[in-house]
Amino acid sequence: MEQIIADVTLDLEGLMCPMPVVKLAQAIKTVDPGGIVVATATDPGVLADIPSWCKSTGNDLVDMHRDDAKVFHFTVRRA
Amino acid sequence: MTAAVTDPLIAGHTETEESTPEAEKMVLIACSDEMDKAWPVLILGTTGAAYGMDVTIFFTFWGLNLLKKPDAGITGDNWKQKMLAVFNRGSTQHLKLSKMNFAGMGPKMMGDLAKQYNVSSVPELLTLAQDMGVTLWPCGMTMELMGLKTEDLIDGLPDPAGAGSAVALMKESSCNLFI
Repeated sequence: MEQIIADVTLDLEGLMCPMPVVKLAQAIKTVDPGGIVVATATDPGVLADIPSWCKSTGNDLVDMHRDDAKVFHFTVRRA
Repeated sequence: MTAAVTDPLIAGHTETEESTPEAEKMVLIACSDEMDKAWPVLILGTTGAAYGMDVTIFFTFWGLNLLKKPDAGITGDNWKQKMLAVFNRGSTQHLKLSKMNFAGMGPKMMGDLAKQYNVSSVPELLTLAQDMGVTLWPCGMTMELMGLKTEDLIDGLPDPAGAGSAVALMKESSCNLFI
């Protein structure tokens, strides 16, 4: 897999709805098209909310996975 | 579809900062000042803004209380309006629950739960909504009825509007909700 270099890293751990999506939306605006935002979160709601937000706004969900510590990691590329 | 900002009927409405001229509109009618109604209004509003939508929240009747300054005091010109103010302290900081209010213990416990689980509070969400450029529209008729003046409400609000403007906006909006 290609090396993904994050332009912006977001720590959303501990934040609950609506903050993960709100913070992601704010962060995406700060990177150029093609720019990468990498985030970690603990709210189980992100599993549904982040893909929905990406699909609706046309941004690219490059990766999303959960680690052994139950923390969600996701990578979004600005369209 | 015409651009909302040039329409005199909805002149008080300005585009949400995060939206583009072609952005979908969302209108939320906030008719209640209870914590369990104010909360979803502001969560949906800020999330709509996060989706790049042009969001307007129209605060009417009891919902207008949410826009009162915390230190507005006894508002109103006549005794009926002043009594309304005594029983409706308003602002996002003194909210009741629609059930299980328990004379104020309910909201306090709900606030504690929110802190514990890191859920943003209603005052925080209102500030966030303003920062995200969500239009917070006060209902002019409610202001008159309850004797609320511009200086009794929080800063940064557009001119008050009425049902005529709200309906015009809702006709252009793809998502209208009454809470």
